[in-house]
Amino acid sequence: MIPTPFDYARATSLDDAVAKLKASGGRAKLIAGGHSLVPLMKFRLSEPAALIDIARIPGLSGIREQEGRIHIGAGTVHHDVASSALLRDKCPVVADTAAQIGDPQVRHRGTLGGSLAHADPAADYPAVVLALDADIHLKGPKGWRVVKASDFFKDLFTVDMEADEIIVSVQFAPVRAAAYAKLHQRASRYAIVGVAAALDVSGGRVESARVGLTGAGSHATRLTAVEQALAGQPLTPAAIGAAAERAGAGLTHVNADIHASEDYRRAMVPVFTRRALEGALRRATASTAGRQRSGPSSSGTRWR
Amino acid sequence: MTTTPILPKLVGQRVKRREDPRLIQGRATYVDDVTLPGMQHLFFKRSDIAHGRIRRIDASAAQAMEGVEAVFTGAEIAELLGPMPIGTPYSSPAHRAVAVDVVRYVGDPVAVVVARDRYVARDAADAIVVDYEPLPAVVDPELAMKGQPTVIHPEFPNNLAVALVPSGTGVDAAGKVDDSAIDKAFAAAEVVISQRMVNQRLAPCAIEPRGVVAHYELGKGSMTIWSSTQNPHILRTFIAALNGLGQDQVRAIAPEVGGGFGSKINIYAEDYVASAISKRLGVPVKWIEDRSEAFVATTHGRDILGYVDLAAKRDGTVLGLKLRLIADVGAYNMLLTAAIPTLTLLMANATYRIPAVRATLTEVFTNKTPTDAYRGAGRPEATYFVERAMDMLAQELKMDPADVRRRNFIQPHEFPFTTQTGAVYDSGDYEKALNTALEAAGWDRLKAERDAARAQGRLVGLGLSMYVEVCGLGPSSSLPTGGWEHGQVTIERDGRISATTGASPHGQGNETTFAQMLADQFGVPIEHVTIHHGDTAVVKQGVGTFGSRSQAVGGTALHMAGGKVKTKMARFAAALLEAHEADLVFENGRIAVKGAPASAKSFAEVAAFAYVPVPLPEGLEPGLSEEAFFEPANNTYPFGCHISMIEIDRDTGEPTLLKLVAVDDAGNLINPLIVEGQIHGGLAQGIGQALVEEVVYGEDGQLLTGSFMDYALPRATDFPRFELHGCVTPTPVNPLGAKGVGEAGTLGSTPCVVAAAVDALSGFGVRHIDLMLRPEKLWRIIHGGQA
Repeated sequence: MIPTPFDYARATSLDDAVAKLKASGGRAKLIAGGHSLVPLMKFRLSEPAALIDIARIPGLSGIREQEGRIHIGAGTVHHDVASSALLRDKCPVVADTAAQIGDPQVRHRGTLGGSLAHADPAADYPAVVLALDADIHLKGPKGWRVVKASDFFKDLFTVDMEADEIIVSVQFAPVRAAAYAKLHQRASRYAIVGVAAALDVSGGRVESARVGLTGAGSHATRLTAVEQALAGQPLTPAAIGAAAERAGAGLTHVNADIHASEDYRRAMVPVFTRRALEGALRRATASTAGRQRSGPSSSGTRWR
Repeated sequence: MTTTPILPKLVGQRVKRREDPRLIQGRATYVDDVTLPGMQHLFFKRSDIAHGRIRRIDASAAQAMEGVEAVFTGAEIAELLGPMPIGTPYSSPAHRAVAVDVVRYVGDPVAVVVARDRYVARDAADAIVVDYEPLPAVVDPELAMKGQPTVIHPEFPNNLAVALVPSGTGVDAAGKVDDSAIDKAFAAAEVVISQRMVNQRLAPCAIEPRGVVAHYELGKGSMTIWSSTQNPHILRTFIAALNGLGQDQVRAIAPEVGGGFGSKINIYAEDYVASAISKRLGVPVKWIEDRSEAFVATTHGRDILGYVDLAAKRDGTVLGLKLRLIADVGAYNMLLTAAIPTLTLLMANATYRIPAVRATLTEVFTNKTPTDAYRGAGRPEATYFVERAMDMLAQELKMDPADVRRRNFIQPHEFPFTTQTGAVYDSGDYEKALNTALEAAGWDRLKAERDAARAQGRLVGLGLSMYVEVCGLGPSSSLPTGGWEHGQVTIERDGRISATTGASPHGQGNETTFAQMLADQFGVPIEHVTIHHGDTAVVKQGVGTFGSRSQAVGGTALHMAGGKVKTKMARFAAALLEAHEADLVFENGRIAVKGAPASAKSFAEVAAFAYVPVPLPEGLEPGLSEEAFFEPANNTYPFGCHISMIEIDRDTGEPTLLKLVAVDDAGNLINPLIVEGQIHGGLAQGIGQALVEEVVYGEDGQLLTGSFMDYALPRATDFPRFELHGCVTPTPVNPLGAKGVGEAGTLGSTPCVVAAAVDALSGFGVRHIDLMLRPEKLWRIIHGGQA
């Protein structure tokens, strides 16, 4: 459990980090919480020649609301997301999701940006940023770039980022009527299947819906068939149930491992889609009935 | 007149563990905290294939690295060390500490790097090139028994580590088998239950992985070895033997040990190699296991396949039991490997008066990490096989699982009870444990709750399991190490008490329980008593901590030693007080003449006299220190009943444990708080076996659960609040009446949770579900058509 030797430098600012990253010529990796990278390094599955530590760059972490949108700094740890009063109030699905990542130690070190950049196929956040149609703000030597979440996840551990770019923040319009439901892998606590659903509701109908899926395939994706089925539908369990049935029908590659076969994962996609949608529906109803206590969404996994 | 209140008796009280503050505040010394001048660090290069012939090892690049002191290959280690000792009577393949020509499991060491720090050592290991000729991996024990796909040790045809051990009715001492009784039982059966059952392989996962520091002092010609072990005296025995040293020349120290669960009984390759390299190079060396290594290099547990046949009458009376066991022991026999499954044979009678039992055991080599003791060690397997069969019988006969058990219990007046497989149960009242559990759980109410939940479409089930286990190991006739334990009690010159025990606690709390006993025995405050353990230079003799023996055997030895000192101390006090010994009372840290408290002498005063005895009372030697070896006449047989309620998510198959009630009868309790802690831990591991834990190998012999990313341990949030209830049936085997409780929790919990899951899914026609209860497995039962 000892990595190969590497150099280490702490970046003092975003520009400093970008400069150091560019100077390394692809030899360096960024480290913030290190909760994806360090285990890989310890197993010697990743052997970067240098690490650039961005954990203490001022302004890289924090959660704020600006002009009706939520900005979460890439360096914000899961615990801070999970316990954010702003998110609990305006967009509880993000806090709920963060609260289900790993264990308390992981949540106090791991960061939003790190999770997205690493793009583990079973990570939780990707489903949520897809459902929120978030923008991912990157900075590189050529300046700023904004990538839509739906364009960001490309393949297994592969995202739309250049080697010298840094995720700076994630920005989205808050949605109260959104929820995340997850089947935990019982050792790692990653998602065997995780689904985030966000509903835009108007007059008792679903105006539009966005549903993000993680865990099932090589990378997180939107469940567009479910989204289309919901658009314009009444805000009822029946409509949700019918739409959830369509989840995952078109998935070509589905993961299989000792924890869950392909068959089982496929079967779980509509189950957790329905649960996420039910959670979103509950929130939509609660919102119209006045703000209620925003407890964790029902993941349906009572013993976790 | 003194007005001091009399010190309360501590035995039976919930005294908080004295060892905990240092452990939870990071103020304890573990092996990795031991640092010596000039110390070098070891790293083991391990096989990454399951089976293969070593063609060539090129360590030249590693040897050339800065900071590398030496690299030893298996052949070079073989020049320093003979094959590793085995502690069982079964013939075993020669097991070299580092593989010489063939690797036989993923993790098998092939070379050792010695370097100035662990980082250099680790890097150098990557620079060693090993050229293997891959051989087919033997993974499935039932194929292995046919020699397929190959044979791992040529001298063990068909991979049979132990070809066949018969036990039970009609088997005589020489192993001669007469089938007539068992055949008759099955011929008379009105119902026969037959089931193949898997008791899966587990990784012990002590919170502290293993580690060793060895220091051979050239000047003194003696060795000190620190190791994370459960039994430093056994370690000393074998380290001395393999290094050509006398036992007087080796000092073994088990410093703070962060759990073992049986996996730290074995003396490991790394212990031997560290000692041999230190002796060879004349420098101290350290090796610390990392978690990934622990999954391959520390012994696994369980992994026994059982073919169970139960013959009964339709009223539920059991007539006979056939139990055919196949144990997958991995690639080698370790210290106790071959003996562990024999405990499954021994306990095949369970809590029942089964008139005819035939149990047979075959042990099979496979290309996996070797197995050895793991909490329960053979007894949870026996419990599982028999209890599952009893449930299936109940289901077949549409009887309540409690009733079918009740019909077959060994009755209280039948103890000592000799089982068909030769165990002599010391004492028991199984029906009392069952009734206590049924009442505590509210069995009938739970059944109504279950039925109400089912009416709503929920999948809720109830499970119940009895258990009896063999503890307090054990007479010397049953243990090659000796079955005794040693204790020494010294009244120091200031009147305080030092005691040493050969039991080597690593989480059991004996610094507290033993001090409670001695404080009561002498009538002194517990703060005046210190228990020393884990250092063979301090503790004269010992066997160690395993088989739930510390209290029953080690506690008794201390109690005996304490009695001897107390007798001698009374003689000194009698001389001081000019009284008769029989008239003295030990109370409140003082010794007084009965009825004349003003006469009292403090412990310090009596001790001062005993160490400077002027004049020396006639017939006495100076000093107050006595020792005792306690050899129990028999094992102890604790028992109990566990009940659980489970709900299974219809959509996902995920099980949720709703309720767990445990009644455990461990005889007399010294400290109920510690006993409950032991039961909690045992339940957690037993439920873990039922719900989340499983070592999985691929067909190529690769370990697929090699980290906590894939090997799940249960978490606190997985459990309901455990409901524990007592029941006390003292053992006649020792004067304390204590039976042992370290492993008990693992026995009943696993089968009762599986029984509850089967009950929950009984609507789907299921009779048995193999361990462990993966959600997908349960989902497939629920959604059979779709799966």
